[in-house]
Formats: sequence, C-alpha cells, structure tokens
Amino acid sequence: MSAIETFAERFRTCPVTGLKVNRDSELLIRANAVVAVVAMLVGALAAIGLVLTRWQAIHLLPAEMYYRFLTAHGLNMLIFWILFFEMAVLYFAGPVVLGCRQPAPKLAWAAFGLMVVGAGIVDATVFMGQADVLFTSYPPLRATPNYYLGVILFAVGALIAVSLFFASLVVAKREKTYTGSMPLVTFGGLTAAVIAVITLLHGAAVYIPTWLWSMNVGNIDPEVYRMVWWGLGHSSQQINVAAMVSVWYLLGGLTVGGVVVNEKVSRTAFVLYVLFISMASAHHLLVDPGVGPAWKIWNTSYAMYLAVLASMIHGFTVPAGIEAGQRLRGYTNGMFEWLRKAPWDDPGFSGMWLSLVIFGFLGGITGVTIGTEQINILVHNTLRVTGHFHATVVGGTTLAFMAVTYYVLPLIFRRRVAFWPMAKIQPYVFGAGLTAMAMGMIFMGILGIPRRHWDSSFAGAPFPVEIHPASELVQVLFGIGGLLAATGALMFIAIAVTTVFFGKPVTAEAIAAGASGLPSGVLRLPAQSHTGPLADQVHQQGVKGTLVLVGVFFACFVLYYFTNWKMLSFLWKVG
Amino acid sequence: MSAHEFHSALVPPQGIWWLPAHRQEKTWVAIAFIWCLVLFAMMPLWHFRGGQNPSGIRYRVTPEAYVARVDRFVEEYQVGEESGIPVVAPPPGADVYLLGRMWQWYPVLKLKKGVQYTLHLSSSDLNHGFSLYPVNLNFQVVPGYDYGLRVVPNRSGDFRIICNEFCGIGHHLMVGKVLVED
Repeated sequence: MSAIETFAERFRTCPVTGLKVNRDSELLIRANAVVAVVAMLVGALAAIGLVLTRWQAIHLLPAEMYYRFLTAHGLNMLIFWILFFEMAVLYFAGPVVLGCRQPAPKLAWAAFGLMVVGAGIVDATVFMGQADVLFTSYPPLRATPNYYLGVILFAVGALIAVSLFFASLVVAKREKTYTGSMPLVTFGGLTAAVIAVITLLHGAAVYIPTWLWSMNVGNIDPEVYRMVWWGLGHSSQQINVAAMVSVWYLLGGLTVGGVVVNEKVSRTAFVLYVLFISMASAHHLLVDPGVGPAWKIWNTSYAMYLAVLASMIHGFTVPAGIEAGQRLRGYTNGMFEWLRKAPWDDPGFSGMWLSLVIFGFLGGITGVTIGTEQINILVHNTLRVTGHFHATVVGGTTLAFMAVTYYVLPLIFRRRVAFWPMAKIQPYVFGAGLTAMAMGMIFMGILGIPRRHWDSSFAGAPFPVEIHPASELVQVLFGIGGLLAATGALMFIAIAVTTVFFGKPVTAEAIAAGASGLPSGVLRLPAQSHTGPLADQVHQQGVKGTLVLVGVFFACFVLYYFTNWKMLSFLWKVG
Repeated sequence: MSAHEFHSALVPPQGIWWLPAHRQEKTWVAIAFIWCLVLFAMMPLWHFRGGQNPSGIRYRVTPEAYVARVDRFVEEYQVGEESGIPVVAPPPGADVYLLGRMWQWYPVLKLKKGVQYTLHLSSSDLNHGFSLYPVNLNFQVVPGYDYGLRVVPNRSGDFRIICNEFCGIGHHLMVGKVLVED
C-alpha cells in the first residue's frame, strides 16, 4: 500500500466545514461521546430519585438510598459525563480543527480504557453501598479502597488523554497542517487542558494519600484534605468553563457565522482562567476553621475576581461575535434584528444561547455573590450552593455540550439527528426545567434548608424544626423544574442514542434537499471569514444590542450582590 | 474590533492579530474590572465596618481534648436537661463549647440577647455543619480544629442548630437547640 493510499484512508474532508478529519480522532471522539452519554443516563436516573425525595411531599427514597444516589449522581454528572465529553472536545479541538493526524492513537485508546475502567469501578463500589461518601468524600468519612483506586485510574487516563491533546498541537505545528495562529476554539481547548493538568495533579495529591489511608496507611488531616481536594473539585469546574466557552465560540461560528470580535481580548480572557483559577478554590473554605481571613480574602479576591473578569469578558464577546456575525449576514436593522432573526429552531443555536444566559445570569451572579467571604456565612452548605452550581454546570456546561452534540452527530457520526421535532424543543425543555429547579433550590437555601439532606421535615429529631411555610411553594417549583429538566435530559439521551445507532446517514443529497435532522449550520454553513466593505461597515456599526444586554446583566448583578449584603447585616453579630 | 477582517473561532488568524480592541469592548472590560475591584474591596471593608465576619479564633485540638473541654463546660454551667441533653447557661461573655458528633449537637445552650459569647465549634468524629435556624448562620465544623466565633444574639427566641454537612445516615436527626432570653 502506498503512502498516499494510507493517507487517504486515514483522513476525510468534512463536506460541510471543510475540516480535514482523521479517522483515529474521529473514532475517539465517538467513543468518548457515547460513554459520556451513558454516564449522563446513570446520573439522570439518579437525579429523578433525588428530586422526588427532596420534594418533601413525595419523599420517595429511604435515607440510605438517597445518599447513595446522591453520590452516584454527583460523580456521574460532574465527573464522568462532563470529562468524557471534554475529552471528545479535546480530540476535536486539537487534531480535527488543526487538520493533523492523531498522535499515538493506541495510547489514546489505552487512556480511554483506563477512564472507562476507573469509572466502572467507582460506580460499582457506589452502587454496592461501599462508598456512601458523596462527591467530596471528606475524611474521616471512609469508602472502600477500590473507590479511591477507581478515581485514580480514571484521573490517570484523563491525564494521558490531555497530554495527547498537547502532543497534537506539536504535531500540527511541526507538520504544518495549518498556517497562522491556532484558531480560538483550539486556544480555548488549550486553556481547558492546562487547567485539567493542574486539577489532576491536585487530584493525585489528594486521592493517592486518601487511598493509602483507606487501607490504614498514614493519616489524613480533614482540613488539609478539604483544601487540596477543592484544588481538584473547583478547578475541575473551571475546565468545564473553558471548554464551555470554547463550545460557545464554536457554535457561534457554525450556527450563525459568529465571529471573534477581537482575538486579543478573547484570548487574554482565556489566559486569565489559567492564571487565577486554582487559588480561587479557596472560596470553598470561607467559613472553615483551618485558615484565616487574610488568606480567604486574598485568594478569593485576586484569583476569583480575575477569573470572574474573564467570564464577564466572554459574556460580552460571545454575544458580540454573534451580533457581528448576524449583521454580516444582513440582519442590520435596529438594535435586535440579529437576535430576533437567529435560528431559534436550531438546537445548536438555542442550546448555546440558553447556556450563555443561564450560566451568566443565574449561575455567574449567584456564584460570585456566594463566593464572598462574609456572604458565605448565609449560604454555606445550604441548597443555595446546589442551586448555583446546577445553573453553572448543568444550565451552562451540560446545555452547551448538548447543543454541540447536535452538530457532532451529523459532522462526526455522520448521521441525521433522530426525532428532529423533539430535538428542536429539547434545549428549551431542559433549560426551562433547569432554571425552575435551580431557582427553587436557591430560594430553599435562602429559607435555610441544607443541602445533602434527606429529610426537611426532621422527623424523629430531638427538637422539632418548623421550616418556613413558603418553602412548600418553592419545593413545588424545585420538584416540577427538576422533573422537567430530567425529561429534557432523557429526551437528549433518546435522541443521541437513537441517532448513533439508527440515524439516517448524512449525504450530499440530504443536505441539498434540506432533509430533516440537519441543523441550520449543517444545511448551509455561514461564511467563516469576511473582508471588505461589509466587514468595515459592521465594524462601524458596533454591537449596540450586546451592549444593552450586558447592561441588563450588570444591573442584575449589582442589585443581587448588594441585596445579599443587606440580608447579611440582619444576622447575629459574629466575628 | 480589528478594522478589516472578521473570522470565526474555527479559522486560524493570520499575521498579527494583537490589534487594539474596539471602544465598546474597552468600555465593558473597564466596567467589569472596576466591578471586580468593588467586589474585592467589600470583604476587607466589612471586617472594619460590618458586624458579620467568619474570622474567629482558630486552634488545632485533638477530639479527645475538645470533648473533655465540653464536658467541663457542661459540668460548670448546667441548669437542666431537655430530650436527654444537658441545658447549659453560661454567664455573659463566657467561652461556650459546642460539640458536633453523630448525630447530636451537645449541649443545649441558653444565652442572653445582646451579650457577646465566644462560641467554640468542633467535632469528635466527622465533618459537620453548624447552621443556626432560622437565622441562617452557617459554619463548617471540622474534627481536629476548634473554631471560636464571637457571637452576639440580636433577638430572643428558640433557635435550632441543623447539621448541614453529610455525616452518615442519621444526618437528618442531628438537630440541636439554642434558647436566647431577653
């Protein structure tokens, strides 16, 4: 076989995007995406049990099962679903976007295998009842040693996969598969990968000693564990943010020809994530006895607020890029024609936009506020925390990943999306449910209801607790929202699984005929670069609509933040 | 925005892309940065001007030593018993010792409104969470660490302490009591 034939076999040119896709990366993307969706199914089924238990009127599961499901839900959703998907994102953002070969494909499969085995061990120990330690597994709470071993194997696999992403950057540069600087999507993926390395090293620093301790070797200080663990637990969420923002930029380009309004600004914002996020995990210890106020203020302020700055920048540049892209497509009337005329029935676009809005308004504002040293007194370990991170990780990251899946299915799996009418409404169902649920949790938390707690009626406790009557109303909001969000997740899983196994193939004729199951950007990919008078004109017009939107966002942020200080001032004096 | 070209995030930018930002972006970045400085300034400011800070006194302590200290505290100031748990009324200004353990807050506290106490929190087994209900005052309780918070109850009444950190199957039964009198 000649070298040219081998080359032709290993690569194909995507008829929609023109990207040169190598076979190895494509298969790795498929495998990681499929396992990610399976993990999501486990997590979503557990979620239904959890919602129906915390909704006190139903209170479905017994205590032991509740905590077991809670452990499984956290691990499958926050770790397995998201990280497997992120590995798929990295295999895309590296070799596929840059058009290079997959470095060390066998090693990549070994990494994938380690991750699958690790995740399998973790799930098995949890469901066998040997690891009712919740997501955080704070010692001296103890699980069976195999649980920690599973986490370690998974992390080693992830670390190898991330290294291969770095390798693909080197390969692409050496073999000159592209000219100029790496595209922003790859750059965003690179920042996610750097944060992933920081995160996984914290993971090794905390889980290897904990594994030994679980076998009675050595000792673990509970406060030191909390500090190092959050270097993993929080930074891992920042991998998500970087990956999610990259997906926003990617989908902006694919769906409406969204542009990068300024490479310098967007890239600097990504770098801010890398530089400042790991110390920001300090905000998990704001009401802990282990560290002092100067440490808390310094680490949360310099680190977290500069990461917040990064998110606020992306919160402008992403919609601004979409606005400019739409204006280039001729939607130039008034402040908001670009938004009204957006493809709202393309789940790739609606999912991305909902992700941006839910992440910013609901997740971002609440998160920054509760990450404040003193306000945390009001919030720590109440359901407000849970409400916040469901808005960021589920309403933000998961929804963005769902949205990009509607493009991964036709472009990488080369299948038309099954149940297309259902796919068009799926992001709305999921987004609405999630918003209602997260708001329900936030209000329950404001009323003092703790997180990770089986029974809000406190039946059998030595002293009766009279929960505020308003909580019954917000529990209904939480419960219905939760069930709706779970419905949206199951719709997504049904669509994804059916498409992968039974979807009709994507052909040139299907695209030309505008066949069902193909999102708008696949049917007609908007132009990805623009020069000339039109571009100049759009530059001149600016992004007025986006300025109004971020103005509304900023007003909400300021109002919510200072309302919380006011609420804090009513508490007992404490110091 | 650069003056002559637009491209999506999928396109490798050519040449020098380190171009000045558009006035609109500069404005937003400036607003966002100033806002971040405001967020930062609020925390030290509240330490000087506000009354709610999680600073406290922090020591390492062995669980055994802490339990012994709690027992001495109960012995000294016990005034009664409720649900099998001693009720303790320390004098104004005293150091108050509260123990979290599976699944109980020990002892019941009787405090006076408007008086400052140093409330010590620790655990003899796992992490627990101190959540004063319905005031919504929340602190982490970690074994091996003594967290001494100076508190001033600002209203009288019958309060609960709910555990808000998972500590095993009986976690939901871990409810304590604080009585504040005028």
